[in-house]
Order: sequence, then structure tokens, then C-alpha cells
Amino acid sequence: MFSKILIANRGEIACRVIQTAHRLGIRCVAVYSEADANARHVAMADEAFLLGPAPSSESYLRADKIIDIALQSGAQAIHPGYGFLSENTDFAEACAKNNLVFIGPPASAIAAMGSKSAAKAIMESAGVPLVPGYHGAEQSIEILRAEAEKCGFPLLLKAVAGGGGKGMRVVNQMSEFNEALAAAQREAKNAFGNPDMLLERYLTQPRHVEIQVFCDSQGNGVYLAERDCSVQRRHQKVLEEAPAPGLSLDTRKAMGEAAVKAAQAIDYVGAGTVEFLYDVDGSFFFMEMNTRLQVEHPVTEMVTGQDLVEWQLRVAYGEPLPLQQDELRIRGHALEARIYAEDPDNDFLPATGTLTYLRTPDESTHVRVDTGVVEGDEVSIHYDPMIAKLIVWDENRDQAINRMVQALEQYRINGVKTNIRFLHALSDSQPFREAQLDTGFIEKHRPLLFPAPRLDLHRALILSAGFLLEQARVTLPHNQDLWSPYAQQNSWRLNSEYAKPLLLRVDEQLYELKVLEKNHAYEISIGESFYRLHAELVNDQLKAVINGHRISVHGSLNDRELVLFHEGESFRCERHEETFGEHESTNLGSLTAPMNGSVVAVMVSPGDLVKAGQTLVIMEAMKMEHAIRSPIDGTVDEIYFNEGELVPEGVELLAVTANEEVSE
Amino acid sequence: MPILQTKINARSEEFKAKADAMSAVVADLKEKVAKIQEGGGAAYQERHLARGKLLPRERINHLIDDGSPFLELSQLAAYQVYDEDVPAAGIITGVGRVSGIECMIIANDATVKGGTYYPLTVKKHLRAQEIAEQNHLPCIYLVDSGGANLPRQDEVFPDRDHFGRIFYNQARMSAKGIPQVAVVMGLCTAGGAYVPAMADESIIVKNQGTIFLAGPPLVKAATGEVVSAEDLGGADVHCKVSGVADHYAENDQHALQIARRCIANLNKKKQLQLAVKKPQAPLFDPAELYGVVGTDLRKPFDVREVIARLVDGSEFDEFKQLYGTTLVTGFAHIHGYPVGIIANNGILFAESAQKGAHFIELCCQRNIPLLFLQNITGFMVGRKYEAEGIAKHGAKMVMAVACANVPKLTILIGGSFGAGNYGMCGRAYNPDFLWMWPNARISVMGGEQAAGVLATVRRESLERAGKEWSSEDEAKFKKPIVDTYEHQGHPYFASARLWDDGVIDPIQTREIIALSLSASLNRPQEPTRFGVFRM
Repeated sequence: MFSKILIANRGEIACRVIQTAHRLGIRCVAVYSEADANARHVAMADEAFLLGPAPSSESYLRADKIIDIALQSGAQAIHPGYGFLSENTDFAEACAKNNLVFIGPPASAIAAMGSKSAAKAIMESAGVPLVPGYHGAEQSIEILRAEAEKCGFPLLLKAVAGGGGKGMRVVNQMSEFNEALAAAQREAKNAFGNPDMLLERYLTQPRHVEIQVFCDSQGNGVYLAERDCSVQRRHQKVLEEAPAPGLSLDTRKAMGEAAVKAAQAIDYVGAGTVEFLYDVDGSFFFMEMNTRLQVEHPVTEMVTGQDLVEWQLRVAYGEPLPLQQDELRIRGHALEARIYAEDPDNDFLPATGTLTYLRTPDESTHVRVDTGVVEGDEVSIHYDPMIAKLIVWDENRDQAINRMVQALEQYRINGVKTNIRFLHALSDSQPFREAQLDTGFIEKHRPLLFPAPRLDLHRALILSAGFLLEQARVTLPHNQDLWSPYAQQNSWRLNSEYAKPLLLRVDEQLYELKVLEKNHAYEISIGESFYRLHAELVNDQLKAVINGHRISVHGSLNDRELVLFHEGESFRCERHEETFGEHESTNLGSLTAPMNGSVVAVMVSPGDLVKAGQTLVIMEAMKMEHAIRSPIDGTVDEIYFNEGELVPEGVELLAVTANEEVSE
Repeated sequence: MPILQTKINARSEEFKAKADAMSAVVADLKEKVAKIQEGGGAAYQERHLARGKLLPRERINHLIDDGSPFLELSQLAAYQVYDEDVPAAGIITGVGRVSGIECMIIANDATVKGGTYYPLTVKKHLRAQEIAEQNHLPCIYLVDSGGANLPRQDEVFPDRDHFGRIFYNQARMSAKGIPQVAVVMGLCTAGGAYVPAMADESIIVKNQGTIFLAGPPLVKAATGEVVSAEDLGGADVHCKVSGVADHYAENDQHALQIARRCIANLNKKKQLQLAVKKPQAPLFDPAELYGVVGTDLRKPFDVREVIARLVDGSEFDEFKQLYGTTLVTGFAHIHGYPVGIIANNGILFAESAQKGAHFIELCCQRNIPLLFLQNITGFMVGRKYEAEGIAKHGAKMVMAVACANVPKLTILIGGSFGAGNYGMCGRAYNPDFLWMWPNARISVMGGEQAAGVLATVRRESLERAGKEWSSEDEAKFKKPIVDTYEHQGHPYFASARLWDDGVIDPIQTREIIALSLSASLNRPQEPTRFGVFRM
């Protein structure tokens, strides 16, 4: 076995690989970008090397540097994880050239599967079923239209070099074809530098079912059951499971054998995934093969009891597969939820920020958390916004879903918007429990997945007040006099009572609560409503009784912002405080970056006269463009950033001075 | 520590009757206080608010730490003293915590007679300064006052303890390192101008605060110059030109925020020289004090029943339990602070007076604050007792009380009559705080006794003149005397004149003692040096 490997990745997968390697007694070398100097994978590794600045192109994609580091540190092999260099033929070849083992398939296999149309051609000749379509090199519009006619509608236009949903269009009828083609080609050209398209029949209720395959260098191949990854948003997986619900043993066997055949057709070695479209009638069609370890591999590990990273290491070292097909068994059911920094209420736009508060469910034989972050880490614009993978296992699917719902309630994050509540609603929804799966699941069941909050506003406010009041009680003041009666929070008054106001802001709306502390309880009024609250704060858990109703929530207080967590939901409010400007603002037109991002376009020059509302600068952050507009009529004084520069949130981008009032 | 037991039966008729009587006087007190807290009344308050100003109590609520207690002083000041209502004497004073530091807060109430200083306003202001000076509490003045009440200038201006003393105190306190911060939130005219001018740091509110020696009308009369109040002495003038004020505030809230920062910058740390413990509630409900004590001063009660409802865990370690039993002395904790308690359980005899003096010496030696629970009709009189030297024994206790330098708190829980008042640390003995229950009475002697003494003198003189004095005539003679004593000995009468620091609900006593003690522990502890004890 190797004695030292390098992990050319970051985040949870780097941590995941290090964990298994350490268990096998293998030393690990990590690499990191400037943004990741304090990252978990760096801390876990035995040694770590700096690659360069935060952008991937200057760090994790620097194949040359990574190979240098591997040679310098004495690593015998490189594990590429997923993403970054994991499916890069050149990198795999460079490893081989430098006598480093690339822990993955041979470069030729990567290359074979790298082009989707080429991959399909190989599969077709190997007898693997394909979705009707066109994968030819001829790209003239006439040919494409003719092929579209043959394939039938609805059909899917896909970029040959594509991925991640870019350069992809659904076409319902021929009349839409030209326009959709033009748009898809443009996107593909921008994203991949290659406008070539393939056509495919678009299945209306397809499921995404994929087979985990493994091959060794002795020519053995096995399949480790399937995963159902039908629940997707923006063509990205959010919830995966193994085995696929309702799949017959015969189908599993047929798909598995087809997958192994596909892998062997390209002399595959290592872990790979063959993705199929599975239709309601039980038919399945080859989609593509991913020549790496998948994000969702843990569900397979949970049901097979195997460590796929260990398998990768063994196979890469030249050992035969640890088990043969007839030795592999499936037990129980596993689910994986991907916890993303994103805003489900805003079309799942990625979010950034600092994980000021992070609590994970306790891990057990039933619950597993794969993550690359710890509390205090930042989710930045530079990398994938996935925070963690939450994996659960139980004897059957129903129980596994219950586990998932429970574990999601115990997953609490503040500082960054997440999809936890969405995942909770999703896994707890009736259609999901009934396994009514297809790739349009989220769109179809949207209303169910964004339910109204179970915690009503008043109760949420009362609980927030209880948390803040109890928190203030346990925060000892900096004073020698430890138990001074003046440190009490009860607003004690001589011969009278004083109900102190507590101002809470929720979504820009201000609420005034009046709090009277009496006989170890709080009497709180909100407008005309009156509540009696008993509250006890134990660490971050508030045990409360509101008008006799016992309820328990967790909370995270970050400066003045409080987030309460309750059954997978979160409630956010801010303690309002009057603030006063020390000096009158003279430069009303200062304009700051609303978030971390890059400057895409500067539309004005110093000295320009601008109108209120005029676009001055366009920023791009998290794949979205943001226009920075002038709040006033004025003159541009100075511009602090050029096009293409990265800007952190809150910095001033340019200065505009208000026009002097013209005197008469 | 030994734990006090109770012999009270809360279900007895006597207990219920006493409790009802006390409840009635407490309810009356709270009603009076509620009325007083309305300040100058709704119309004046609305006018005040319409100017964008906060009411004085709101100012204090904003100034002190969120949710922290405020120990208000002299709530009943000027109550029924003048021929017009001057609620709280137009000024609110008290101890509150600001940025973690216990401070004396003195706030004018401009809704009461424009915040002008009546004689008792001056007295209340000076009393607050006295407490601050005695206990090293930083002073925060929330100024909003038209200055001295001109029609009463003779009682306000010329004497030692009149208006000028305010600034004298500011200067002396500043010299002692007791910080003085002024927030000008309204008028600050003539002598009043010296409050911010004499302060270590001052804050002024834009368009509200004005500081000048003479206001626009006087300026016009004197020199003919016509100028607006804002131009004459507003925030812009004083922050940007004159330098009379240091901080410029947008409004009241802003000014109070700045004041909090000023206090935060004091670099002051409370240095406790006591062994404090974690506070513990008494084992017995303080609400039972009503039924323990009642309102009839002639009905005796065991003062240990009171102590058991005030001290931490009802733990009380008695000193000389078997000697001079009419005075109860012993050690306890209140809200974690150690205290030496001296409480009356009957008339003072020679032994009890010596025991009291001994116990005060102990506490001074050990730096333990003293708490006097006063319910005393006086020292024992009569030939036997005079011959035994009750005067010199009483003098020992008075000497000890007068010289004791530890914090002293006095609560009048019943009668406070004659020399008993002295030995039990009455107002003249400079207790740091003196509070009075609504059932208490204070006078040189009881009304009946005084009427009796005066009647005896008159009868003797009438008899010498050979005149008859019928018992009806004597009763007629005595009635107004008894009435006057009852009226003048009433807590409201006493409190209105600042003979105490406030009339309090017995239920709040424990909290008040704790807050008073905590405030008094801000001062550096100085050793006690006693005078000559007559042996």
C-alpha cells in the first residue's frame, strides 16, 4: 500500500479521503489556496502546501504546482477528489509521466468519457441502451433540424462539452428549435468555448438512476448497486438515496451489468458512475459516465458497508477488487441531503458568509456528516457552496426518512443562508415519502416544499425575547462585584413597576414588546396580546413555557442578530438599537459592494454627470449580475476598481458627489 | 450559620388583620407615588414630548443599563408642603447602573414648574449629591431647569445649604475624583449654567439645550441686544465656539448614549473589600412582613421575624443573644453582602446600649456594613435607671454610631422616638441611606407622651395659680398636640421634608437594602476612630 498520498482537493472530499487514508496508516499531504489556510482539510492533513491565491485557476487547478508538491513531499499517489482536476486527462497523464499514481481511471478512459457524444458512440457500439438522439459532429442547423425531427419532441439540446446545466435547452416543438439552439450554442460557447450540441429525446417523467461501478487493473469489474438522484434543482442533485425505490432486482441486475460493460468498454480502472435515465416503464438509457468518485458515494457505502475510498486506494495500488460481485450485499436504505449555502426562496441562488454558528447532529451508525468546514469558516465565492453532506441509514426507507427529518432538525447554521429548511420540507413531504420520484420533483411539488412557518410570529417573538433576556442574565458584566443587585435585569423600580421595551426587527418590520419580570417569569405584551413566559437557557437551548405550552428551541446570537431554530425552521430577528451619526454625512453618494464579487463593467468615468438610478458599475457575484446605481443626481468623483477586479463586500466602489443646488 | 425559625401563624386572625392594615397603607403609598410619577400632569407632559424631548423618567430608563434596577430617592419630596403641587419636588434622583458603574442620577423634571428649584428641590438635589460624595458615586445631571424659583429666593439662594451648594459640591467632588457629567437637555439658565460649566464633561442636545448666564429677555433688558435662545447658548455655540459643552447630541437618546460612553470611559472599578457570597433568597416570604408587623405601633413583634424575611437563607448569627435582649445584634448576608444587624426588640436599657456599642465596634473592626432596624420608643427612664447611668451607657452607643465609618443603613420599621433615634442611627448620624416603612412614625416622643408632659406642666402652673383644670379641658388641650404629633410624625410628612430617603413597601426592603449597600460599597473603606467612651 502507498505510505503517502497527496490530496489535490479541498472541502469535505479532501477530509473524507484523509480520514480513510489515516485509518489505513497512510500519511496525507494537503494543498490549499490562500483562502483555505485555516481550512479543516489543511488541519487534518499531516502536512500541507500553499498553492496560490483563492481563485481555483490559480490554486486547485494548477496541475503543475500540484505535481511539483507531490514530488517534493514524497507522495506516491494523488487523489483528485471530485471536480477540479479529477476528470482532467492532461493531469492524469502528467501524473503518469512523473511516476505518480493518479488515483482514478487511466487518462484514456477519462478522455473517452469526457466528450458526451463520443461516450455515447462508444456505448452504442458496446450495446448499452441510449436515449434516441443525435451525437454527430456535423453541426449545421439543417442537419440538427433533421436529426431533431428523427429524435422526436420534446427533446433536449445539450452542449457536447457541457455540464452543470449550462448550454442546455428543452425544445417542445420544431417552431422553438432555432431560437433555443442559438441560445444554447451561445451559452455553450461562453462557458466551454465550444458551441457544439447534441440532441436527445426528453423523457417527461424520467428518474436519474446511476450505478456505482468499480474495476481493478486485473480486469475485474463489479457494480455496487444503484443510487436514485432524481430530486434535483437547477439540474443539480440535492437529495440522493440508495437503493432506488421500486427498482426490481432484475432491473438492478440489468443496469448493473450494462454499467460494468460500459466501463469495461473503455478499460476502466477505479471508481466510476454510469448515469442512466430510468423511465416509468422500467426502461433505462445511458446518459453519461463520471470517471471519478461521486459526491453522493456515501449512500452506496452505507448500504453496502464498504469504504469506496479504501477501494480506490487498493485498486490504484494494483490490488484486486476487495470483493467480487456475488460477495456484495445491500442492506437497508440510505439517504443523503446536500446542505448548501444558498437561498431556496430566491431560486436557490448561492449564498456566502461566515458560519458564525454551526451545530451538527450527533454522528452514529445511523447518521453521518461529511463536511469540510467548522464553525467560524467562511463560505466564499471562490468554491462550491456545499457546506456538508448529511447521510442517514436505517433498515428501510420510511425509517431512513424519519432519521433524515430528525437529523436536519439538529443541523443548525447561522451566518449563511442554507437550504436546511427546504431539505426538511422536502424529505418530510408526502410525495417524497411515497417515492413519487422524477427529475421534475421539485418543480412539481413546489408549494409543498415551501410551507408556511409552523412557529407563528408572536410565539417566535416571545421566544426571541426569552432568549435575549436569559442570555443577558448569564452574561456576567465586567465588574468586581459579582452579584451586585444592579446587575439584575428585572427593571426593578421603587414602589412601582416598569415594563421595559424590547424592540425586535423582523424583515424590516419593528415590533415592540413590553417585558415585566415578575416572580421568576416574564409577562410580555405585544400590542394587545399578553403572554406569560417561563424561560431557561441551557447553553444554546431555550426551554420555554408560553402560556402553558412547553416548547424548546435553539438559538444563535451574533451581535444583535438572533436566529432561532425550531424543527428544521429558523426565525431571524434583530434587536433594534437607536444609533446616531456622529458627524453629518457629506458624501451621500458613496457606493459600496453589496457582496463579495467581481467588477464586470464600469459604465462611467470620473467627472461624468450622473442621474439618480443610473447604472454606474455592474458586479458579478455568485453567478448573478448586480447593477450598482446612483442614489442621487451628481458627479462621479473617483472610481476605485477596474473591470475584472475582485471586491470584498462593503468596500466603496466609487464616489459620487451630489450636485450643488444651482443658485438663482 | 444558624437559621431563624418562625413562630408566625399566617392563618391567624391577628396576622390577617395586621396584614390587611399594612396592605392598606402600602396601597395608599403606591397610589400617591403613581400620581407623583405623572410629574406635572398630562398637559405639560404632552407639551414636553411635542418638543421632541423625553420625559425625565424615560431619560433615566434610557441612561441606565438595560433592565437594571433604579433606586429612586425622595419620591415624596415636597408632598403637601407648598400651597401648590410640586410632584417629587420637580427633580428625580436615584442610583442606577450606567455602563456597569453605579452612578447618582439627578434629573430635572421640566413638566413640574419648569423644573425650577423650590427649597425642597434644592434639598433633594443636595441630598443626592451628599449620597454621591459619601459613597463615591459618579454624578450624572440631566439638566432641564429654569433655575431658582424666584418667588422663593429667600429660601433658595442665600444660605449655606442653598442653590450655590450644588456647584460647591460639584467642585469638591470633582476634586475628590468623583466624576461629574452634565447632559443639557433643556434650559440651563443663570446659576444653572454652572452645572454643565462645572462638570468634568458635558453634553448638549441640539435645538433643546441652552446654557447662558442670562436668557434672551434679561439680555434685552440689560443691553437691548435681541438674540434667540439657540444663538445665545445653544449646542452649536457651546460645542463649536465657546467650549462650554464637549459633546454635541442630535436628540435626547443620542445625548444619553454619549453620557453612557462618558461613564464607560471613567476607568473606574468597584473595589470590594468584603467577602461576598452568592445571594440566596430568604426562606420565608417577605410578603409576610405585612402580617408580622402590622400598623399598630403598640402591638409588639419579635424583630427576628422581620430579619428572617430579609436576610439570605434566613441565616442569622446572633451576638450576645442572652444579654441586653431588647436589642438584637448579629451577622447575616443580604444579597450576598455581609451585614451586621442591630434591631430593636423593646426599649433600650443600659445593657442593650452597651451591647449595641460593642457590636458596632466589632463591625467597624471587620469592615462589615451596619444595618439598623429601628423600632424604638427610647431609652428606659426612671430613678433606678438614671442611677445606673443609662445616660452614659446610651452615650456609648451614640458615640459608636456617630463614629462608625462603615456603610450604615437605617430602616424605620416602627417607632422612632427620642434618643432611641440617635442610638439607632437616625438622620443626624449620617446613615448612607435611611428608609421608612409606611407604618412607621418619627418624633421626639410619642404624641400621647408629649401631650402628657405638656399637660402636666400646664396643670402644675394652673394649680400654682389656684385654678381648676377639668379633665375635659385637659383632653381638649391634649387633642391638638396629639394630632400635630401624629401628623408631623407620619412618614409622608417626614419624607416630604427629606428626613429620610423614601417611604418604602416592606416587601421591597430586602432589595432596597441590597441596592443601597451595593451603592455604598463604591467608596474606599476608611478605618473607624472612635471618640472617648464614658466608662
